[in-house]
Amino acid sequence: MKKLDYPFSVEAVRELKVGDMVLISGKLFTGRDAVHKYLHDGNKPPVDLKNQIIYHCGPVTLQDKKGKWTVTAAGPTTSIREEPYQWEVIRDYGIVGVIGKGGMGQKTLDACKQYGCVYFHAVGGAAQVLAEKIKSVDGLYLKEFGLPEAIWELSVEDFPVVVTMDSHGNSLHKEVETSSKEMLNKLL
Amino acid sequence: MTKKAAKKKASKKVSPKKLDSKQQTMESLVELIRITSTVVPDDVFKAITTAAKNEEKNTIADYAMGIIKTNIDLAKYKSQPLCQDTGTVIFYIYHPPSFHQTPFKELIKKSVTLATKKGYLRQNSVNSLTGENAGTNLGEGHPSIHFYEHKGSEVEVKLVLKGGGCENVSAQYSLPDTTLGAGRDLEGVRKVILDSVHKAQGKGCGPGALGVCIGGDRADSSYFAKKQLLRKLDDKNSHKDLDKLEKEIVETCNKLGIGPMGFGGKTTLLSCKITSANRVPASFFVSISYMCWAFRRQGIVMNKNFAIKKWLY
Repeated sequence: MKKLDYPFSVEAVRELKVGDMVLISGKLFTGRDAVHKYLHDGNKPPVDLKNQIIYHCGPVTLQDKKGKWTVTAAGPTTSIREEPYQWEVIRDYGIVGVIGKGGMGQKTLDACKQYGCVYFHAVGGAAQVLAEKIKSVDGLYLKEFGLPEAIWELSVEDFPVVVTMDSHGNSLHKEVETSSKEMLNKLL
Repeated sequence: MTKKAAKKKASKKVSPKKLDSKQQTMESLVELIRITSTVVPDDVFKAITTAAKNEEKNTIADYAMGIIKTNIDLAKYKSQPLCQDTGTVIFYIYHPPSFHQTPFKELIKKSVTLATKKGYLRQNSVNSLTGENAGTNLGEGHPSIHFYEHKGSEVEVKLVLKGGGCENVSAQYSLPDTTLGAGRDLEGVRKVILDSVHKAQGKGCGPGALGVCIGGDRADSSYFAKKQLLRKLDDKNSHKDLDKLEKEIVETCNKLGIGPMGFGGKTTLLSCKITSANRVPASFFVSISYMCWAFRRQGIVMNKNFAIKKWLY
């Protein structure tokens, strides 16, 4: 088990390889479909994303009477929908990590290699295990997109993920897809 | 506390003051939503436990199954959603002939909104034209409600929460499919189902479960496929050939090596349930509804006062 601690850096994520199980501690920003489209359309992010990690997640959130937010469920959403946009966000805003599920495609893999970024796979559906690792909600941006689609700034401790696409051009998703296709062809 | 005890306790949580039938109905429905969102049914739990045992130790697949099991325990303990995507909320209601659908529908809507406020459901309903999310989980087609008249004197309510990730990898094929060499027979059906599981990879949050319909028009085919998800994972298809095909699909898919979350591994599929519907001569659709491991399905039988009498799964 490896550790990745805040502040994150290109150098630190370059050390990571496909198959590494990693516990992340520090800051995460959620961002999913609406946020990626917003950035792609030329809008600037409301927070500086340089050396930050984006989490493809639309959490379940509750606000108490004093206005304090808590995240009660926070697993990853399917990342491939951000494939048209992710490479640009990596290039233009300098994010060093993307957390999601299901993996991403060649454009993102190439951007990870070129600019120094890693794709971390969180276990899909594990909304409680992952919400437990969120220690505080530190900010809420672009609330107008609806709460699941907004950017939530979160502090996490030992957030469990697996590197499935590294910054050296390797992708576990590509490997599994190829090997399972070969097997499928045999079985068809 | 065992699951049964938890449910028993939960279902006894009626406040001392006497509720009128509307209040009682809502209380029962909110409780159904809570349990569906936070506890996997016994049959699913068994299948996941077996799958977890089968993975090779110290692999990523083993690690993922460990997190899945912990998540199941934690969601139940904290009474919070298993998965943050609480999905399309789909009700199947079986009622006696004298039953009034319209007022019940209104109570369902109120219960869904209340369950959202309580955090059992995410604000998950978006206007497709404006992108607006009212935060209530209500809107055109939401929640999805299906009524059926049955001979019994009791009202039965089944609920499925169908997440978007697994819905997105669900599929419909039109046979013959030349690229797959799939003809209009069970062998062709087998090929397209296997192809859909391969295409899904880890994106549907495997190990998954399939509901399949052979035939029907495009709409009914998808509808019947999804309805197969109401079957218990360990049941047996009364149709001999379909039973055989169900078993064969699971066995074959688990040789593909896609594994939990697509990390590689032994269990890709927990189960496959297949039904058929008549088709017109020109069409031959095969519809596949993929359900994630966080298989949220539950049901209740209501007594004459609309309190929960029995849990169905």
